[in-house]
Amino acid sequence: MAEITRGQFGFKDLGMLMSLQTGDEKHGTAATSTLDVLWVLYDRVLRVSPDAMDDDGRDRFYLSKGHGPMAYYAVLAAKGFVALEQLRGFGTSGSILGHHPDRNLVPGTEISSGSLGHGLPLAVGTALGLRARGIVSRVWVLVGDGELDEGSNHEAIAFAGRTGLENLHAAVIDNDSARYGWPGGIESRFAAEGWSAQRVDGRNHTALEAAFTAPHPARPRVVVAAVEEPHNWPQMLLAQG
Amino acid sequence: MQNMRERFAAVTTELLEEHQKLAVVLAAISADQFAVAARRHPERVIDVGIREQLLVSVAGGLALAGMRPIAHTFASFLIERPFEQVKLDLNHQGVGAILVSAGASYDISAGGRTHQSPGDIALLDTLPGWTVHVPGHPDEAERLLRGAASDDGLVYLRLSTQANATAFPAGPSGFTVLRRGGTGTVIAVGPLADAVLTATERLDVTVLYAVTVRPFDATTLRETLDAPNVILAEPYLAGTSAQLAAAALADIPHRVLGLGVGVGELRRYGTPAEHQVAHGLDPASLREAITAFLR
Repeated sequence: MAEITRGQFGFKDLGMLMSLQTGDEKHGTAATSTLDVLWVLYDRVLRVSPDAMDDDGRDRFYLSKGHGPMAYYAVLAAKGFVALEQLRGFGTSGSILGHHPDRNLVPGTEISSGSLGHGLPLAVGTALGLRARGIVSRVWVLVGDGELDEGSNHEAIAFAGRTGLENLHAAVIDNDSARYGWPGGIESRFAAEGWSAQRVDGRNHTALEAAFTAPHPARPRVVVAAVEEPHNWPQMLLAQG
Repeated sequence: MQNMRERFAAVTTELLEEHQKLAVVLAAISADQFAVAARRHPERVIDVGIREQLLVSVAGGLALAGMRPIAHTFASFLIERPFEQVKLDLNHQGVGAILVSAGASYDISAGGRTHQSPGDIALLDTLPGWTVHVPGHPDEAERLLRGAASDDGLVYLRLSTQANATAFPAGPSGFTVLRRGGTGTVIAVGPLADAVLTATERLDVTVLYAVTVRPFDATTLRETLDAPNVILAEPYLAGTSAQLAAAALADIPHRVLGLGVGVGELRRYGTPAEHQVAHGLDPASLREAITAFLR
């Protein structure tokens, strides 16, 4: 197999890169709630590259919602972090790609996730650490609306908002999967704690990019990406929540 | 004299000047003792408020950003309450941190069960890679803290208001031989050393002093073993180190007695000294148990 170089694949190829992992014949990109957000971040926003993962000044992306990571692996493969041949082994014993990502195994992966409610609190610590070291880079964390049921997130949201942690960014995938919902909208919970908050269409790449790059002086930033409930996920991954 | 916790705050305040990557994370507890450090280093002395899950996660996040974090609160809120954060945000991420607890098993005897953590070390034993220090004197706590600050691994430093009258000289590493005898070996952990030395006066036993209990110093135990009868005197859950002692002596028939804090709830208040007696860790109770075991 030819060596994969960065930028060889586009958004339209992500379905194919996901199919390599699951063995399904065809993977519609609309089936996966995180795919558009992941792509816009990696293609247009994050300052990261496979050659510069030890650069202290790189942006950090923390996938907190570690469930259903095929979209994440597909984007990492498309951007040259993960070799194409690795995708085929998804979930097998010798593979680096598990059903939840492990930063110690997957190139380009900044945190190990799977248990919900850990990414945002970790990202708060990293944002504080980078600030203390005088490193100007941004920390991004992707969480799910269902994941926000975990109380650990609320410790992080309150603290980051009240302390004005400007280098911290959260993208919340809102596919209406929180057990009891978030009356008033998820963004209102962040805003009440002092975050800069915006809800956008989670499938609209232009809108996502604009929301991700809007200035938010002296406040952390949350972008709530609204997406339709996915209907055709493989059962195996749905079972994990 | 400063107690261990006061010494911890004073020494950490000093270390923050020397180590530019050192950061302290607090959850309200001991914040007043770090007030000067927080004024000098507002970006490296972080009080997250009464949020103990965040306390440990922030330590993990700081380590991911290349910092050397110290996280501190009472043992019950540092190890037990956010245990999954310890497991995942430190161990599983593959980063290092220094967790410094106060309160130990029954320092806060009048506070009741909520503020007592005899099971902290047993819990950490379910995770790989932890160095665990149980100092018996503020001077020992200072030495161990300074060592941990310049290291990059996972270190648990368990501070207590219970202490021995004087510090014991630091050995090269591992257990220190306090006394030699022929009928068995007593391993006295941290603050229990004075009680064990009193308890074993004129008994024909070896007494080893342990402040660093993980890794467990099997080498010194074996090298000084004259009779295969081992008594553990631990100021936390009784028998916590029993399996490590057994593993150290797996190739020889041996007996192990685990003395320590009982697993049952006392449901009593009062003083630490009263709790020490209730758990059979005062000199008279220790002597009785050791003598009976070696009879």
